[in-house]
Amino acid sequence: MSAKAIEMNGVRKAFRFFTLEDVSLDLEHGQIMGLVGPNGAGKSTTIRLLMGLLTADAGSIRLLGHDMPHSQAAAKADVGFVSDDMKLLPQATLAWHMDFVASIYPGWDAAYAAKLLKRFGLHAGQTAKSLSTGEQVKALLLLALARRPRLLVLDEPTSGLDPVARHELLTEFMDVLRDDSRSILFSSHNTLDVERISDRITFIDRGRVVASDNKEDFLERWRTLRLRLPDGAPDWQLPEIVHRDIEGPNVTLTIDGFSDDFLARLGAPIQEVHRMSLEEVFVATVMHSRQMQEARP
Amino acid sequence: MHSSLFISQTDARPMYLQIVEQIRQRVAAGDWPAGLELPSIRTLAADLRVSVITVKRAYLDLESEGVIVTRHGKGSFVADAQGLAMDMRLAQLDAHLTAAGEIARSLAMPEPELIARLRNALNTEEPSE
Repeated sequence: MSAKAIEMNGVRKAFRFFTLEDVSLDLEHGQIMGLVGPNGAGKSTTIRLLMGLLTADAGSIRLLGHDMPHSQAAAKADVGFVSDDMKLLPQATLAWHMDFVASIYPGWDAAYAAKLLKRFGLHAGQTAKSLSTGEQVKALLLLALARRPRLLVLDEPTSGLDPVARHELLTEFMDVLRDDSRSILFSSHNTLDVERISDRITFIDRGRVVASDNKEDFLERWRTLRLRLPDGAPDWQLPEIVHRDIEGPNVTLTIDGFSDDFLARLGAPIQEVHRMSLEEVFVATVMHSRQMQEARP
Repeated sequence: MHSSLFISQTDARPMYLQIVEQIRQRVAAGDWPAGLELPSIRTLAADLRVSVITVKRAYLDLESEGVIVTRHGKGSFVADAQGLAMDMRLAQLDAHLTAAGEIARSLAMPEPELIARLRNALNTEEPSE
């Protein structure tokens, strides 16, 4: 099991009005990666490429060590995939769906499926069309989880769920991770969920990976500083300053790469230092990356 | 035993620091005696529903402070020599007090006022559980 759970290298996919450019990602076994991006950033395209539902124009993709999309049958035996555009058969019951999945995947764990059914408040006799939106998502996740796949790939699993259902799902995800050979990749708008459970975080915007790092390093690097400079702010030429807000003597700086060394180079008295939430880091990263792109000739 | 730890999302401190401080308190209070085995990183992460890397970071910090020791392949345990950890905490406290003193000096604040302010801070600070 030396191969990584996910390896994408220099992946490119062009559409008429959108291009995914030079996407590289990797995920070790036993880790959770959160894929965060605005609508239309390329999260779903990335996931569809990874799952072999699209073929890349350039670059390489390996899923659990298997070349994609060439060896996708072998890879998918061990990958559970749920996306928000999946549908269950409306007339069929949950029991029928469970039997169907069990007949395809030998790893199906019927006892675990029964446990999940109970935990999610679902009933085997229910038909899919009788389920609410949240219950549909839970049912799809149940079908994926009970196969006990080595990798779970989840496209927006928690969108459209109420806080209680989200909490239940996050608990299930963390339970999966008790086994250190299992991994999860999930995309989300909900930075709170991502911040809480991810080991690695990747930001995507406009078809590019704008940042990918482990979560603690991410949060450790970013700070907001407040300064009061009666004589006006100097024209700092420090690469760590991502954004500056100057209103008279009141200066607010957004910093990527905070350290004691940076403070020494800044050489101004600081009034306040604040950590940033993942959401703030995300917005700052995306805005900064767009500015840099627009500044390019 | 670790079910008593909890993570607050409204707490401004990062999650790893919340774990560090809660474990430190339990060890300091003697609730977790020397030699006690800590839950594995994965188990604690699953129980608290936080990422593995967050708990890993907390354990590394506790290790470097001397609060816990990690034996490879065996797990993490509350360290025997808590005196060492105590010394470090005292050194930390002294460093903060020195810094406070320096700021007071730069503001030309007389000593009684600084002491009054410290007393005031002690009285208004929320008791940390």
